[in-house]
Amino acid sequence: MNCPDCDGNINVPADASVGEIVSCPDCGADFEISKKDGSIELKKAETVGEDWGE
Amino acid sequence: MSKISIVFDRVRAEEKMLQKEAEQLGYDTTSIDAKITRFNTESKKADYDFGNVVLERCVSYFRGIHFTACLEFLDIPVINTFEVANNCGNKMLTSLLLSKHKVPTPKTYFSFSADAARENLDKVGYPLVIKPIIGSWGRSVVPLKDKDTVDALFEIREFTDGPHDRIFYLQEMVKRPPRDLRAIIVGDEVVAAMYRKSSGFKTNIALGADPELCKITKEIEDLCLKASKAVGGGILGIDMMEDEKRGLVVHEVNNTVEFKGLAKVATKNIPKAMVEFAVNSVRK
Repeated sequence: MNCPDCDGNINVPADASVGEIVSCPDCGADFEISKKDGSIELKKAETVGEDWGE
Repeated sequence: MSKISIVFDRVRAEEKMLQKEAEQLGYDTTSIDAKITRFNTESKKADYDFGNVVLERCVSYFRGIHFTACLEFLDIPVINTFEVANNCGNKMLTSLLLSKHKVPTPKTYFSFSADAARENLDKVGYPLVIKPIIGSWGRSVVPLKDKDTVDALFEIREFTDGPHDRIFYLQEMVKRPPRDLRAIIVGDEVVAAMYRKSSGFKTNIALGADPELCKITKEIEDLCLKASKAVGGGILGIDMMEDEKRGLVVHEVNNTVEFKGLAKVATKNIPKAMVEFAVNSVRK
């Protein structure tokens, strides 16, 4: 799939699941794998929040 | 056949392990993205398909605890419960509960303004450790060794002025080896424990501390059971330090425990124990 930011090539593993994070090897941006109308799309991953963690 | 749901907001290795184990145990398993799930005051249990029990695994504490509240509103069993998540997510509540239940814990001072916190410091003396009451991975945990550090830090808090910045949680700096301990307790069973070794002040694995498998001694087991009971029980990560005089003290109890590293070296199957506990908890 193409990076929504820089158009680089992002490899989404065949066994990846919705909610997993993939990174663009070109620009380093993180994207979350999501599903819309049955097809996979990449949406901007949330950045680490103040309340993140255990 | 039992059905189990895993609620996430970001799929980490832990959530994948839980899903895999639940499926291998033969349970109908669904992963549910909290970010795209909606509730309202007229929602009914029948409107959703969460199954018999939910494992709440959000990385965002506030998202997770509010989602849990919605599930409990629908009478859907959740691990951990809202009460436990609340008790563990707020360090001040955890410290109060540990102390109340006679669990050895570092002496901790609470105040509700910068001036009162300074009075605490003047009275107790340096060093103390300041921690945000809500937060993880060692963020904003700072050893206060002198007045200059205190002035700088309190000034930043005045500028940022978040609601939790008005709560000052100051903890004694425990004299310990360059490591702490993390044990995972599932119900009444301590399933694994590790040392977290670090040359620095913080021992969070997320910050690069080295994990090393730790034998579960009777002392560790008893302490974990007491700490778990104090906060309400469930699936928890108990953090302990080896105080040179008092022995083990519990300084934190984690609600949505991470176990990716520990699972690789532990003799027991951690995600399997978690899934079995969740399913058995609703069978009782």
